[in-house]
Amino acid sequence: MNWLYEPWPWYVSGPLISLVMFLLLMMGKKFGVSSNLRTMCAICGAGKTADFFKFDWKSQRWNLVVVFGIVIGGFIAENYLSFDTKVNLNANVVKDLQAKGFADAGESYIPSMLFSDQVLMTPKTIIILVIGGILVGFGARYAGGCTSGHAISGLSNLQIPSLIAVVGFFIGGLVMIHLIFPLLF
Amino acid sequence: MRTVVYLVIGVFFGIVLFKSEAASWFRIYEMFQFGSFHMYGIIGSAVGLGIVIVQFIKRYKVRSFFGDKIVILSKEKSFYRYMIGGIIFGLGWALAGACPGPMFVLLGAGYLPIVIVIIASILGTFLYGLFRDKLPH
Repeated sequence: MNWLYEPWPWYVSGPLISLVMFLLLMMGKKFGVSSNLRTMCAICGAGKTADFFKFDWKSQRWNLVVVFGIVIGGFIAENYLSFDTKVNLNANVVKDLQAKGFADAGESYIPSMLFSDQVLMTPKTIIILVIGGILVGFGARYAGGCTSGHAISGLSNLQIPSLIAVVGFFIGGLVMIHLIFPLLF
Repeated sequence: MRTVVYLVIGVFFGIVLFKSEAASWFRIYEMFQFGSFHMYGIIGSAVGLGIVIVQFIKRYKVRSFFGDKIVILSKEKSFYRYMIGGIIFGLGWALAGACPGPMFVLLGAGYLPIVIVIIASILGTFLYGLFRDKLPH
């Protein structure tokens, strides 16, 4: 049973993600996480400001339940299904990250420089997290989906729009990591 | 009853995202550095099997657990919204190192600063709703 507590290889994880999509289709729904962000806006009363948020958000309650489950899943995996959560990164990437100040590259799950509780005292980090979040939320809705809706569901349905969106995801990601990141760190 | 099923599916998905390390900021960085096959393997195998599943459902007109027809709507045809929206999303995905699913995984795993990213992503969604009419789609 030890394998359960180790990081799961891609050839196990990928098909399990398809299984999640399959189960949601069999429930008569579709797989997509980012639309929940729109539902959350609607719940907060954004419908008063923009028509985009005037819809029956209660019809999306099932998806909020999925999100709640994802949170619980993260808790269970971190606390009960892992010996340690160190990520076995490519050695060159580790060197590159350490040179940029990410001292725990290869030693932890996510960088303490961005996600430890102390970052709440660091304006630069807060700005990075805020801008990152705004871009994700804005971009996902503009493109009509995120990694789950476009890259997994959309490509599985052989949709050209999703292929365009995924190409966009990668252009944006490559620009950020190769052109903008060196200016930040 | 159905609510319990959605909850179980969500819990399962959350565990898979964490254990696959798709929720790791480092893995996303490494992916954009082409440092490892790992993330490409996850997305590639998920899509590969996903194509088989969707084609199977369509060809054999598989019905849902409740006996209804499974309708898979195609996205409307366009270029700009997918390309520009996609690029904006990609910039944020790489910077925050998390897309919407993993954000909630990290919340559950107890990395509290992710709350900032989640609130900001809701704000970003709101901004899109505000400026939607002025954007090329």
